Amino acid sequence: MSEPLHETRLVVNGVPYTVRVPARRLLADCLRHDLGLTGTHVGCEHGVCGACTVLVDGRPMRSCLLFAVGVEGAELTTVEGCRAPGGGLGPVQQAFQDCHGLQCGFCTPGFVTTVTGWLREHPDPTEAEARRAIGGNLCRCTGYQNIVASVLRAAELIRQAEGAG
Amino acid sequence: MKPPAFAYHRPATVPEALAVLADVGHDGKVLAGGQSLVPLLNMRLAAPAHLVDVNWLAELDEVAVDNRQVRVGAIARHARVEHDRAAAEAVPLLAQAIADIAHDTVRNRGTVVGSLVHADPAAELPAVLVLLEGTMEVASAGGGRRRVPAAEFFLGALESAVRPGELALAAEFPRPPANSGSAWVEVARRHGDYAVCGVGVLVQLDAALRVERARAACISVGPVPVTVELTDALAGRPHDAADWAAAGRLAAAAVDPEDDIHATAAYRRHLTGVLTARAASAAAAHAVSRREGAA
Repeated sequence: MSEPLHETRLVVNGVPYTVRVPARRLLADCLRHDLGLTGTHVGCEHGVCGACTVLVDGRPMRSCLLFAVGVEGAELTTVEGCRAPGGGLGPVQQAFQDCHGLQCGFCTPGFVTTVTGWLREHPDPTEAEARRAIGGNLCRCTGYQNIVASVLRAAELIRQAEGAG
Repeated sequence: MKPPAFAYHRPATVPEALAVLADVGHDGKVLAGGQSLVPLLNMRLAAPAHLVDVNWLAELDEVAVDNRQVRVGAIARHARVEHDRAAAEAVPLLAQAIADIAHDTVRNRGTVVGSLVHADPAAELPAVLVLLEGTMEVASAGGGRRRVPAAEFFLGALESAVRPGELALAAEFPRPPANSGSAWVEVARRHGDYAVCGVGVLVQLDAALRVERARAACISVGPVPVTVELTDALAGRPHDAADWAAAGRLAAAAVDPEDDIHATAAYRRHLTGVLTARAASAAAAHAVSRREGAA
């Protein structure tokens, strides 16, 4: 017996999609397998590592703990949507490059989305606040020092861009 | 891993949800925030045949503050309650405890009522509901609505009084008495992890700022939150110079924790004492600061 499929409308990085998925399709797998957006990474699949974090209506959430059918109609932002409006690296991505905030890069999409969402509400964080903000994201390479520096640098880049605009 | 197959239901109204839940009975499970349920599905520790997604029931997305209580509807997210100024003012222990639930990312989706119904022995909110002597409102298709006091709601580890076919509609957290203060403290292996031990304390002061009454609720030291009366150790003592360690000893003697891979029973008992002393002292200071804020 094949599983019933649910026609589901999603808006990802501003682009509308319609997918036909079984109810148990995790959002992370829907993004990767059904939509080909492989920037979202799947690490632990039980909500601990944070690699699969995406923005749902602007708020960071674990896409391995959401069903695609359950976020129908929501505005989703993945790491692919964190680039600069004209193409190229967005401010958070640029900051991670500037500060050497990644090594193997597996966890980075989750950091970029988490930090992008968080900085909108905390534009001028302290180092302690930046460290706390990434508490739900695991990185096994860097030791986090450069990631904390990246968060602060991203805040600086965003403030500069807004000041210039 | 990936979750097992299930039939997905997306009721549009509460009566429709109750009808579906009655229909699927023991084979059904309510999906709210899913921050505890979906990991269990992904790890194949649970395999309900039917999931009833209540996230579309807008009438349950409620945080209502009045002069008696804060009422939190079934799909109000942790983050919403945490950052609701009126709720934090009315029942400060809510925001104090929610700040220790996992991380922002999980609190953006997880629900207060879902945490209560899930009844994890390491969860913060069951202790908050018990300490404040709150109430759960539960509904079913045939049985109408019933109200369950916190003291009767938590039956065992991962076991609440919500029966198959029922839906928890809301949790009600009464405002603590005037001249009271509260605090939440916990120890976890890493920030955001399950608490090895956590303690909430509510302290009432008299007009001379002496402790009148104090009570603790402790988590991760038993299958359900353990409440401990601290009044005997603290009553009549000044708010800034009471024998907090004695209160801690009362709590440590009242719990009966077990060993597990994270901590020994003896260490959990030790933490219960230390954290109760810290929380009681902080709650008394909080009572004074609230009083000054109100004056």
